[in-house]
Amino acid sequence: MAARLTVNGEARELDLADNALLLDVLRDELGLIGAKRSCDVQVCGTCTVLVDGTPVSSCCFLAHDAAGREVQTVEGFALEPLWEELAAAFSRHNAFQCGFCAPGFVMTLKPLLAERRLRSRADVVAELSGNLCRCTGYRAIVDAVCEVAGVDPS
Amino acid sequence: MRSAGRSLPRPDLRAKLSGEAVFGADLAEPGMLHVRLLRSVVAHARIVSLDLDAARQVPGVVCVVTAADLADLDPMWGHYVRDRPILADGVVRFAGEIVAAVAAETPAAAAAAVAEIDVEYDELPPLLDVTAAVAPSAPRVHSGPPRPGFACPPSAVFGDGNDFYRWRVAHTRVEPSGAEDKLVTVAHEYAFPAVYQYAMEPHAVIAEHDGDRIRVSSTCQHPFLVREELALLFGLPVDRVRVSVPFIGGGFGSKSYTKMEPVAVAVARQAGRPVKLVNRVEDAMVTTRRHGMRARMRTVADRDGRLVSRDAEIWLDTGAYADNGPTVTMVAGMAAVGPYRWDRVGVDAACVYTNLPPAGSYRGFGAAHLQWIGESQVDELAEILGMDRLQLRRQNLLARGETMIPGTRPIDADLAGDLAAVADRLGWGPPLPGRQGRGISVGVSPAGASHHSQARVELRGDGRVAVRVGTQEIGQGARTVHAQIAAEVLDLPLDRVEVVPTDTGDTPYDRSTGASRSTTVAGLAVQRASEDLRAALLRTAVERWGVDPAVATLAGGRIVAGDRSWAIEEVGACQGHGDAGELAAGGATMPLFWEVCVAGAQVTVDPDTGQIEVRRAVTAADVGRALNPSLVERQDEGCALQVVGNALFEEMRFSEEGVLLNDTLLDYRIPTVADVPHEMACVIIENGDGPGPFGAKGCGESVFGGLVAALVCAVADAGVTVRELPMSPDRVWHAIRSES
Ligand code: FES
Ligand code: FES
Repeated sequence: MAARLTVNGEARELDLADNALLLDVLRDELGLIGAKRSCDVQVCGTCTVLVDGTPVSSCCFLAHDAAGREVQTVEGFALEPLWEELAAAFSRHNAFQCGFCAPGFVMTLKPLLAERRLRSRADVVAELSGNLCRCTGYRAIVDAVCEVAGVDPS
Repeated sequence: MRSAGRSLPRPDLRAKLSGEAVFGADLAEPGMLHVRLLRSVVAHARIVSLDLDAARQVPGVVCVVTAADLADLDPMWGHYVRDRPILADGVVRFAGEIVAAVAAETPAAAAAAVAEIDVEYDELPPLLDVTAAVAPSAPRVHSGPPRPGFACPPSAVFGDGNDFYRWRVAHTRVEPSGAEDKLVTVAHEYAFPAVYQYAMEPHAVIAEHDGDRIRVSSTCQHPFLVREELALLFGLPVDRVRVSVPFIGGGFGSKSYTKMEPVAVAVARQAGRPVKLVNRVEDAMVTTRRHGMRARMRTVADRDGRLVSRDAEIWLDTGAYADNGPTVTMVAGMAAVGPYRWDRVGVDAACVYTNLPPAGSYRGFGAAHLQWIGESQVDELAEILGMDRLQLRRQNLLARGETMIPGTRPIDADLAGDLAAVADRLGWGPPLPGRQGRGISVGVSPAGASHHSQARVELRGDGRVAVRVGTQEIGQGARTVHAQIAAEVLDLPLDRVEVVPTDTGDTPYDRSTGASRSTTVAGLAVQRASEDLRAALLRTAVERWGVDPAVATLAGGRIVAGDRSWAIEEVGACQGHGDAGELAAGGATMPLFWEVCVAGAQVTVDPDTGQIEVRRAVTAADVGRALNPSLVERQDEGCALQVVGNALFEEMRFSEEGVLLNDTLLDYRIPTVADVPHEMACVIIENGDGPGPFGAKGCGESVFGGLVAALVCAVADAGVTVRELPMSPDRVWHAIRSES
């Protein structure tokens, strides 16, 4: 079935199976490998992309449900100034290790930072509890986000 | 020092944050097929029949491979014990064993074909517990004696039973003296659960076999050992097998040695086309895991607070295939000893086959299993003797140069100093009121694995330097640290050094990425190669420009001699070679170094819910020299969070038939950001006493030994004794109820 979606600002016309998952379409059809698959059950957040600005787990999101909507992956976000700011803070803190989880964190954070919804460290912790990272121990990630959000890190 | 010793940002981070970094599942080859596997749904059975006709009819299917297609090979693999068939041959020994593999044009076609395969099993009783497996009447998981694998140490001795490997020490330093009535004894039984490493990236392999050559891209920690094993398995010389490695999304041991490569290559061989095999979490969980364990331990002290003797019996459940089980068993046995000045010690650790999925390496193995047991017995003795727990440790701790286990390297660290630093940071003091508790623990674990690491450092025409070393970047920051080492020796800015991904066709040999060896052993090879390049550059300057060798030096990318200088690239392409072989000079005893496992914890236990709150976790990173302190901290903090999971709630649960019950992240919970201890502190200790570059030694695993133990001791101090992990709320709640 044909579907029309906008991905990173570009209109795409795709012929998709009814049950095609957004994650597979992005990775296999469009070659956008930034979103990763780990848990496959909407727990880990590493497949997070934005649909009309809202983070979704693309491993459990039907591609057809993104039809007519705006999809953004980390490849798209990486061209924006806010990504630069976030990447610089994460670098200063050496906040990620293997980085497999990183695109998911970055996409979860984009609307939170853009809309200034992070007002305390507790907010950061609450909002990031849907993104797993097995390497880091999270602390440096939270520290870096607090810095970008301009909230007290303690 | 300009580069080494500084918390420089990781050069690879931007690519990981932008989605540019390529991981295993991101790779593709032209004309590649997709592989799906049929796994056994029963733990132990004879395969009565296997009907593949319907599967072969599925459109898009290119081949369906079973053991019958491997008749021209010796299809058994395993680096330590060659006990594992590529595809189940007539019998399945665990639920999840690979029975057949399908290659198809699309993943959907491959999955559809797998669903069409009809298997008939004749079920056999499974052995699901080490106790059952070592019973005299127990059936054997494998018939016939174990065959040593290609990487099996020549000294290894195997037995015939399910407890096919044993590591033992029985050592009497002095005959224990003193009257029985002057001795106090603690003796209990303990258990540790099977747990899942959960590297966020499951295994992925791309394989090609064109008759006389194999090409593999794999998420593997030890590509050179994978190359060796594939060559052996498929009957090719080693130089016909090439393994390359992309970025790896976490390892923690789950990607050590060979894992999914044999089946991928077998399918590629049959298909005559490249194939891609990507595990899901449920596949990864039955590919490898941490050993579950049962143990008995007895520790004796005299009334003056002298630790007198220790005995332990340990049974590690390695599942249906050995994987790295014997090594885990050896390290667990060593951890059982503990770093104290015993009169007598006796440990007997067994590696046991069962019909559960295979268990192998997971960060801190052995120390994670045993240190908490030994250390909680030290605490119990202190309680009986009415002594401070820290003081009891202090007065029995081995000093630098003393030997813990005959035949092994004497202790090469200041354990008392490490313990004092952690106690200080933790705020050791009088007992805390209510359901609060503190714990502290000390141990050592053998590290470094092997001195076999080489490196090549190349100066390119553009003045940039490429480091070729076979360590894998699995998140630990090896590429950053290796670049820092080269930059330091060559006096270059870090952005002029690039560490190149491994391709065994071109990268110098490195045994493995594990055992905390990347900075110490591979890093030493990088240091020596950089020094070799440096010497070559200066030699050229002397020969070509008549520079005085006594004054020539490198500075900021230039060869400098007095007031004259040349850009290093003026020398032209040039390279240096290095080797860590000096670590074995003079037949030095193993291990290459002891990784220090010292940590402290403070907890609060909620008696109504059984919930444990980690108020404070203090870890010691006794790293000799921290080449990048922030990376050291990340390693310790990351390990601390894994400890929180392992110690407090993670556990693979199996049904009474031996089938994994919690095979998704919905049911197998790992720590989230909400589980981070209220306070985490990593105390970096730099005594410059490591065998690696600039006095460095490895870290990253030790927290598993140290902090599991500190948490168990802290919970006991809060009034709850738990001898079976994890200390889950229900278990803690029941423990509190049963005491009242
Ligand atoms: S892969 Fe989608 S949430 Fe984990
Ligand atoms: S950095 Fe490896 S999972 Fe987060």
